[in-house]
Amino acid sequence: MKKIYGNAAEALDGLLHDGMFIAAGGFGLCGIPELLLEAIKDAGTQDLTFASNNAGVDDFGIGILLQTKQVKKMISSYVGENAEFMRQYLAEELELEFNPQGTLAERMRAGGAGIPGFYTKTGVGTVIADGKEHKDFNGETYIMEEGIFADLAIVKAWKADDTGNLVFRKTARNFNVPAATCGKICVAEVEEIVPRGSLDPDSIHLPGIYVNRIVQGSHEKRIEQRTTRKTEEA
Amino acid sequence: MPWDRNQMAARAAQELEDGMYVNLGIGIPTLVANYVGDKDITLQSENGMLGMGPFPFEGEEDADLINAGKQTITELSRTSYFDSATSFAMIRGGKIAAAVLGAMEVDEEGDLANWMIPGVLVKGMGGAMDLVAGVGRVIVVMDHTNKHGKSKLLKKCTLPLTGKRVVNRIITNLGVLDVVEGGLKIVEIAEGVTEDEIRAATEANVVN
Repeated sequence: MKKIYGNAAEALDGLLHDGMFIAAGGFGLCGIPELLLEAIKDAGTQDLTFASNNAGVDDFGIGILLQTKQVKKMISSYVGENAEFMRQYLAEELELEFNPQGTLAERMRAGGAGIPGFYTKTGVGTVIADGKEHKDFNGETYIMEEGIFADLAIVKAWKADDTGNLVFRKTARNFNVPAATCGKICVAEVEEIVPRGSLDPDSIHLPGIYVNRIVQGSHEKRIEQRTTRKTEEA
Repeated sequence: MPWDRNQMAARAAQELEDGMYVNLGIGIPTLVANYVGDKDITLQSENGMLGMGPFPFEGEEDADLINAGKQTITELSRTSYFDSATSFAMIRGGKIAAAVLGAMEVDEEGDLANWMIPGVLVKGMGGAMDLVAGVGRVIVVMDHTNKHGKSKLLKKCTLPLTGKRVVNRIITNLGVLDVVEGGLKIVEIAEGVTEDEIRAATEANVVN
C-alpha cells in the first residue's frame, strides 16, 4: 500500500469535510503540522473542532485557521499566545473546552488504545470536575474523563520510512504520538522520507500501523521564545 | 529585610534533595535551578523531557528543543525525550518528587489557585492541575501579599482552584510556612522579619 503523497493537499484529498473533528500534534509552535494546517486553510473546510494543546499564534499554526474563521471549537490546555483566538472567544464566535494538559494527552492516548474513559485525580475539586462522574478508589476521589476519537489526526515528525514508521526529534515529539493514535486516519508530514530499512527498528517512536499517509516538505519551524545565554558566561 | 526573588529561589532550592526528579514552574521557580549547587537534580519539562539544560548560546537555538514555557533550551548528557502522554504518566504516577510553582492564592487547607482570574483573559491551566495532583510534594514560591498589600495566604481561596489540598510548603518573601492540620505553621522567618509581621501579613489561621 502506497502511503507517500506528493504534497499536503494530496495527502488530505478525500479526508476533509465540514464539521469534522481533528486531533493535531505539537506543543506551542514546536512540532506542529504546519504544512497540513496550511492545506486545510486552502481547502476551506468549515466548522472544525480541534483537539490540540495550543492554538498557535495569530499567523502560524492553528492561528491561520482562526483568521479564516474555519474553527468552531478548540479543546486545549493553554491558548495564551493568540490575540485573534481571544477576540473570537470573547465575542462568542468560538467554543473553548479547557482540558488539563495531561488529561488532554491521556484522552488522546486512551482513544487510540480503544479506551472510552478513565479515572484521574487531575482536576478533582476544580471547575474541571463539574458534571463529571466521581469515584473513590482506595480512599481517594477521581473523576472520569473520556477518550478522544477523532475523524482525522495530523502530526509532524522528523523522519519516516515509506511504511510510515516515524521518528521524532527532541521535544518536537510531544503531542504528536498520542494525537496520531486517536484519529480514524492519520496523516504525517515529515522533514525527510528515508529508504525502508534505514531506521533502526529498536528506535521507532511511532510504528507505521498508526500512519496512513505521509508527505515530505520543507518546514519553517518557527521559534516562539528565543532565549539565549551570552558566550562569556560559559 | 524580606527575601528578594533570588533569595526566595535559593531557599526553595534547599528543599530539593540529591537524586530528585523535579518540575519547576515559570517565574521565580525557574530561578531555583541556579541554586541547586552540587546536588544531583534532574529537571523535568512537561512537554516531554527529563534533564533540562540551560538556555543555548546565541546562534545555537533549536526550534525542536524548548521547555514548557516555550523558551529555547539545551540538553544534557543525561537527557531523555518522550511524548506528552508519557510525560504526564510520570507526573500523575507520582514519579516526580516535587514541583515548585508560583501561585495567586493558597489557603490554610492547602488549596491552590494559580490559573484563572474570572473576568480577566483566561489563558488556560496548561499542566498545572496535573502537576499538583500528581507529584510527591508541592512547594509554592510567591510573595506573601499582592500588589494591593492583601495577604495571598488565605482562610479560603477566592479564585478558581488549580487543586484542592495539594500544597505542602509555601516559601514567601517573609519566610517559610507548612500546611498542617488546622492551618499554616511558620517553620522559618526571613532574616530581619519578625513573627508578628508574618502573622499580620497572613489571613490564614497560623497554628503554633
